[in-house]
Amino acid sequence: MHLANKTAFPITILVADDDPEDRMLAEEALQEARLANDIRFVKDGEELLDYLKHRGNFADPESSPRPGMILLDLNMPRKDGREALREIKAEPDLRTIPIIILSTSDADEDILRSYNLGASSFITKPVTFDGLVKVMLALKMYWFEIVALPGDKG
Amino acid sequence: MKDSIPITILMADDDAEDRMLAADALDEARLTNDIRFVEDGEELMAYLKRQGRYANADDAPRPGMILLDLNMPRKDGREALGEIKADPDLRTIPVVILTTSDADEDILRSYNLGAASFITKPVTFAGLVKVMLALKSYWFEIVALPKQ
Repeated sequence: MHLANKTAFPITILVADDDPEDRMLAEEALQEARLANDIRFVKDGEELLDYLKHRGNFADPESSPRPGMILLDLNMPRKDGREALREIKAEPDLRTIPIIILSTSDADEDILRSYNLGASSFITKPVTFDGLVKVMLALKMYWFEIVALPGDKG
Repeated sequence: MKDSIPITILMADDDAEDRMLAADALDEARLTNDIRFVEDGEELMAYLKRQGRYANADDAPRPGMILLDLNMPRKDGREALGEIKADPDLRTIPVVILTTSDADEDILRSYNLGAASFITKPVTFAGLVKVMLALKSYWFEIVALPKQ
């Protein structure tokens, strides 16, 4: 059977979230879901773009391996997720990275705008840890077992 | 957040047998949505823009998701995807590529053009049912879709 969707190497998942507790919960939930990837964190849209463009604190490319997927919060200081999403999708080099919005918001306007700006999916953060683990398990099942990511077979 | 009205899934595939298998697999996966089929990129765009035989909105309910084959005659999936994502009215509809191809170039180009996901069609029916089950659990139970 041709396992076209299996990654040959664990991809980097980049999580952008301004809340330190939410970052910690995300990390724990990813571990609980056995998403045994390289997980990196940034805390706002500015840091996110710096990471992706290897600028500032992330000038050394080894400190900022290209992510295979981005989990993006919307409400962040300095530069919010909406603005960061717009910028990333405008960059030919970055636009192919699937971006999944993971936000406390469930507002129709935020959902619609995220898809309009090119997000692959929009997920409202569950309020419980179990719910968050369920989301991470779903991400694992869908994005790493069914879907082919760009650069999967790299 | 959950819509009470099940969304319409629009599938574009030029192969009659593949369309039938997809319908069977969706059924097997207990996806109770309204499934519509078109056979190529021209028909797909006519459906979405409510032109020609799709001029009546009742014949072409706006889909909440598109499953898109790449290799189709008249207008292929790549071109249709480009047009859909360039259209302010249509670009918010998630498009999932469902194709026999597993070529890196097709994968990369699809994401570049704005596809939400790229899935290579499994060769077995059981595999296809697994894909439909995954689509159902991810897109209809976890993800929030835009209200179209």
